[in-house]
Amino acid sequence: MKLRGRVHRYGDHVNTDVIIPARYLNTTDAEELAAHCMEDIDPDFVSRVEPGDIIVGGEDFGCGSSREQAPLAIKTAGVSCVIAASFARIFFRNAINIGLPVLVCAEASAEAKAGDEMEVDLASGGIENLTQGRSYRAEPFPEFLQEIIAAGGLAARVRRKLAQGS
Amino acid sequence: MGMTITEKILAAHSGRDLVRPGEFVNARVDLMLGNDITAPLAIAEFQKMGAERVADRARVALVADHSTPNKDIKSAEQCRVMREFALAQQIEHFWDTGRAGIEHALLPEQGLVAPGECVIGADSHTCTYGALGAFATGVGSTDLAAAMATGECWLRVPESIKVVYRGELNRWVGGKDLILYTIGRIGVSGALYQTLEITGETIASLPMAGRFTMCNMAIEAGAKNGIIPPDAETERFMKSVTSRSYQPALSDPDAEYVRTVEIDCAKIEPQVSLPHLPENARPVREVRDVTIDQVVIGSCTNGRIEDLRIAAELLKDRKIHPRVRLIVIPGTPQVHLQAVREGLAEIFLSAGAALSTPTCGPCLGGHMGVLAAGERAVATTNRNFVGRMGHPKSEVYLAGPAVAAASAVLGRIAHPEELS
Ligand code: SF4
Repeated sequence: MKLRGRVHRYGDHVNTDVIIPARYLNTTDAEELAAHCMEDIDPDFVSRVEPGDIIVGGEDFGCGSSREQAPLAIKTAGVSCVIAASFARIFFRNAINIGLPVLVCAEASAEAKAGDEMEVDLASGGIENLTQGRSYRAEPFPEFLQEIIAAGGLAARVRRKLAQGS
Repeated sequence: MGMTITEKILAAHSGRDLVRPGEFVNARVDLMLGNDITAPLAIAEFQKMGAERVADRARVALVADHSTPNKDIKSAEQCRVMREFALAQQIEHFWDTGRAGIEHALLPEQGLVAPGECVIGADSHTCTYGALGAFATGVGSTDLAAAMATGECWLRVPESIKVVYRGELNRWVGGKDLILYTIGRIGVSGALYQTLEITGETIASLPMAGRFTMCNMAIEAGAKNGIIPPDAETERFMKSVTSRSYQPALSDPDAEYVRTVEIDCAKIEPQVSLPHLPENARPVREVRDVTIDQVVIGSCTNGRIEDLRIAAELLKDRKIHPRVRLIVIPGTPQVHLQAVREGLAEIFLSAGAALSTPTCGPCLGGHMGVLAAGERAVATTNRNFVGRMGHPKSEVYLAGPAVAAASAVLGRIAHPEELS
């Protein structure tokens, strides 16, 4: 599957408190969460973001709390994938579990600028910065994770398993 | 080649003789945890999975601690989702307002975590229980849902970093100062995806409370888990909370580590971490003239009776600075009761503090002490990210209970020695 969109660029250690502040965690409604996505570091994000857009972060993207509301808010805001030099581990597993593609690629992350047009081929891990005419390759997912992704996320995989069991 | 304590626990819980870092396993989970923020989402996912009953109602713990006593109508609805689920599923370990404490202070106190066990929690500070020699890690809501449905969780076996602490602790230095100093050394992503195995002679003589504080903040170095080899102190603690049996694990002498970090504790002074990252740790003496508006003593990091005793020792017969608000939050009802019995509650109230029922509250900027724009707090909590305790333009300085109490009295960030 190919994803295409404009880049929203952030720095290192973007934490879940700024992705979705705790004051909005009194709901599990994904649309409501998405309406406050990135509010504390980028108040205009929600009005700027368009379906398919790509978030590019630096090191340790998604550090902090375990709130799954963070990748959920990003996904529901219309973001097609997140590219970063590295991800905090709970954010990474949450993203895989809910089906938000996350790609680790330090080079693509370092060179991307806000507003660049990018294309990502999830099958091959190929990343193209169309504005700059540069291509990169993200680290491939281990087989174990590919299975979860192929199943459509962890919930879908468990649903299938439970259905087979009964 | 041998295995680390973490590798051994993961092998034992996935039916293997041997696991190596980088491998993926489906581990049997001994205890799974959710709170009033993460459980409602997990319950929705659980239902979407088509699951009807939890795999084992004795292995699920649900704690209403974050926005409780219910701070607003929406939070009340979230708590109700969790309460109704707990009742319908006959969850054995469910705590609501009055009986609830902050989850990571509460579960060990209830004897629900033991050495050698495998624990996951939909809360990043689940790594606290590594202090007991358990493998414990934070996961997300969908993970909790899957574990409730199947009793298992997928995990990548982490590489381990060995941190060796040597030397005697200086006066007023405790577990919080050690871990802030350590995060200052290795950075907030210094242990990303890895285990922090916390060892050495200093740790061997560190009481359980300080060990919990240290493992609690392993996540603040990006770690998957923090873990301390169980020893006589662990056993003493376990005996005080439960009579059940367990199977401790210890690292083999020839276990492999990605790196070893040596820390000379004699050089460590009371620490404070400046906004907005826990890695900005400095000796308190180097942080001069920082006036403050609020002090919070509590949280899963430092809300234990030992922490309150340290704060009370400094606040006894003193008043807090007129400009400062001090909020003291015991970690659990048992800690609260103990604080009343020992006369600590009276010391706090006489000093001018607000003494709260156990709650996460201000730690995550929820309620019970949210900061306004431009305000500054010293907190014994674990995160000082932008907006963590309230307005995005407020600031949080992390410290242990001694520095927090001294700062409350002097109205600025202060070393406890400045009080004498
Ligand atoms: S006290 Fe703070 S860090 Fe601990 S569980 Fe509550 S919100 Fe999380």
